[in-house]
This record gives sequence, C-alpha cells and structure tokens, in this order.
Amino acid sequence: MLSIPCPFCGPRGEHEFQWGGEPVTRPVPASEVSDARWANYLYLRTNTKGRDRELWCHAGGCGQWFTMERDTMTHEVFESAQISLGRIGA
Amino acid sequence: MRYSAVQLIRQGLAGHTGWSPAWRTPELARGYDAVVIGGGAHGLAAAYYLRKIHKVKRVAVLERSWIGGGNTGRNTTIVRSNYFFPESAALYDFSLRLYEGLSEELNYNIMLSQRGVLNLAHSEHDMELMCRSVNAMLLNGIDVELLSAAQIRREVQTLNFERDARYPIFGGFMQRRGGVARHDAVAWGYARAASDLGVDIVQGCEVTGFLRDGDRITGVETSLGPISAGVTGMSVAGHSGVLAGLAGFRLPITSYALQAMVSEPIKPILNTVVMSTATGMYVSQSDKGELVFGQGLDLYPSYAQRGNLPVAQTIVASMLEMFPSFRRLKLLRQWAGVVDVCWDYSPIIGPAPVDGLFMNCGWGTGGFKGSPVGGWTLAHLMAKGDHHVLSRPFDLGRFTSGRLVDEAAGAGIAH
Repeated sequence: MLSIPCPFCGPRGEHEFQWGGEPVTRPVPASEVSDARWANYLYLRTNTKGRDRELWCHAGGCGQWFTMERDTMTHEVFESAQISLGRIGA
Repeated sequence: MRYSAVQLIRQGLAGHTGWSPAWRTPELARGYDAVVIGGGAHGLAAAYYLRKIHKVKRVAVLERSWIGGGNTGRNTTIVRSNYFFPESAALYDFSLRLYEGLSEELNYNIMLSQRGVLNLAHSEHDMELMCRSVNAMLLNGIDVELLSAAQIRREVQTLNFERDARYPIFGGFMQRRGGVARHDAVAWGYARAASDLGVDIVQGCEVTGFLRDGDRITGVETSLGPISAGVTGMSVAGHSGVLAGLAGFRLPITSYALQAMVSEPIKPILNTVVMSTATGMYVSQSDKGELVFGQGLDLYPSYAQRGNLPVAQTIVASMLEMFPSFRRLKLLRQWAGVVDVCWDYSPIIGPAPVDGLFMNCGWGTGGFKGSPVGGWTLAHLMAKGDHHVLSRPFDLGRFTSGRLVDEAAGAGIAH
C-alpha cells in the first residue's frame, strides 16, 4: 500500500487516489493540429521505467488534481505538488 | 531427440540419465539474418516460424534473463478466442487453432486442456449485453453458446447460486474450445523445436541499444556486444516502451502490473474456466490441483513484477463471493507480470516507425493465448517486410487513423 502525500490533505492510503496519467498539454488550435500531432497527444506515452512525474487525483478525498513524482520500478513516492495554472506537461 | 512413449520407457530403464538438453546453448555469432528480441513464447514462436515457414537461414532469439521467465511464466494459462470484433476473432481463433495442433507440431506436450471458458452474467442487463456479444461472436465463426442459470448449475455446482448473492447468476456463455495450456511448455516446446531447426537462443543477453545505418536499424547493441541483423523484431511485452525509447519513438502503451495467485492444491473441484463480467475475476484449477485466479490491473503503472495489496484483497474477495466454499483454502503464492496495455486493449503487430524493425507488442493482459499467432505474424512481417492479412488491422497506424479495434469496450469480458 502506497502512502501518497496529497498536497492539500497530507499523507493518505493509495486506495483514496486515482492515477491520472502522464501530464500532457492539448495542442491548439484544433484546426491546425495534424492527425499525427493529435495521436501523439492523445495516445503516445513515454511509459517511463524509473522516476517519473505523474498526475494524480485525490478522488476519495478532497477531489483535487496534483502532480507527484514516483518510481515505477520501486514504487517509491517522492514529492507531490499543486498544479499551477497554465501548462502542466510537454 | 524425439519424445515418444518408446523413448520414455528406454530412458526410464536407463535411470533417466540419457536425456539430452531440450535446446542448445550456442555461441553468439556477430551477425544474423533475423534477430528476435525477447525469449518469451511470442519471441520463440516467431523464431520457430522464421525458420520453419520462411526458411530464413540465420535466426537468433536474445533474452535478457531466461526464456519463458517473464509474462510467459506469469499468466493464468487461459486460451480462448471469444472476441467481439471480426479482426480480433480472426486473430485469436487462428492462435487457438495453432494451439490445437501445437503438441504434435512441436513434439512437446503443451497439455492443452479444452475444458471450456465460461463467462457469467449477473443481471438481466448483463444477459442482454451478453446475447449481443454472443451473436457477434457467432457471426465471427466462434463456437460460443448462451447458457441459462440452470444449465450452468449442472456444469459448475460450486458457484454461489443463492438468490441473495452479491453477484447472483442469471446465465452466461461458454466457449467449449477454450481452456488452459501449460505455459512453460509452450515456451520450452517452441525453444526446443526452434533450436533443432538451427535457431540460436541466447539467454542472459540484454539489448541496450540499436545499431543504425542512417535511419535504418541494422542490429542491436547488447550486454554481450554488438550484433548485426538483416531484420530485427521486438517481442518484449511490458518493456516495449523501454525498447521503443532506445529506438527513438514512443508507443500508445502503458505498462501495469497484473497479478495472479494460486491456492493450496486440492482434489478436482472445478472443471472449467470461470470468468465474471462484473468483477473481472477469473479462476481455473490447475492439473496440480491449485486454484489459479486473477482479476484486473493494478491501479497505477508499474515495472515491478509484484502486485499491490489493495488489488490482491479485491481479487480474493471477488472469488470468495462467487465460490464461498473456497473460503477456507490457504493462499499459496501471489505474483505479478508487467503487461503492455494499449488504449483499445488490442495488440500492435506491424512495422515500427523506424526501418528494419518490426513490433509484436501491446497484448496487455491477454498475451498468452496470442503467443502462436503473435509469433506467426511477427515472423511473416520480418520475412516479407509486409503485413500478414491477420496483422494488418493491428498496425500502429490505427492510432493516427482512428480505426481502433476497441476490445476494451467491445468484448465486455475480463482479459
């Protein structure tokens, strides 16, 4: 069981949380986005083995989204952070 | 050495001291016509068919660890072809047909047991959706049949048929040609047959990079040195994203841990494979008597070959709800494999975005049943440079064109 540090509520058990994927930014304007770029945004993932930055949601708690660094090999959890307005991903 | 009853008696009389190794341990050459990365059942099958069907001369399989030690040795050994979309049904049924002839083809007993795969419906609405799925499967030429609760009760007495059950049983459907096979034997059988045809199976050889000539991949860098290859194929399941990263592209794949577990062995009590649509739980009884069961993915991506506790508890709870009589059994082992899950729960078989490399990946939670066809189509791609008719719908290009084969929603069954 992971102990996940919600930036708003503090550490809680993993069953309160929902993993939200790799942070991505939607390409705009839609009229100028090619099929390849859209597929890159919608489907292609780095799928990192090791330390990675992920989106998480405290779905069973405060309901807030935040980013967290976690190692996908060891499951070690590092720091979490509130999401600032604007771009969150590559 | 050909395996037979006569051979068994002869070796038995000699105290079993005369058996030769099932496959050679060859010296690694510096170059091959075809190199397959990944010594699981898929990769070994690809190497076998490259030699057997396509007569490619120098073929090697490179395995980081030992053959059959990844997901081939970690699955719940279920084979079936009850899929919703015609493309999937064609692919998986071809695989099942290869399985049906595999023991004879490889002269290796894969212990295929076509004891049937039963999927349960727990409400009237489940049953309606199941009728639709079954109709689609019948149109696809798959041997499935709808069963009423009374019919199921005659076949699997141990299920919880109480009216106040959390998941009451309204009916279900059965694919009688489905069942289980011995997973290790599939890897070892392909390895032995491939080795006999001259394929070099190199264990303890990790691919660390790719050799290039301009934009074309011309071989691999390995922990045992560089190896040139006329054509390279990758069949590495959960680590597909890592290899793609080394080759300079990304895939529509996320790697998760998928758990399975076995109970202590007991006398025969369950004569078919049972799956539940509602919980995603599936269970069968192995020839050793253990109940082998599993359910859905762990809740977040992982490259660790172990499952987390909250999901393990859910799996056990689901099984006990459906089979209350298993409540007093001890859990013997629990493990996980790293599975490569695509957004549409269908595999990716086809050319990679770089020349000289072909992919067989994205089988996610259902790779074991696809081992023969995964190998068959990857071998075809590597030998011919173009798609097999079965693999064309599963090209990576479907994620750009939008023509997904969405079995995640379509099949409506546990994978």
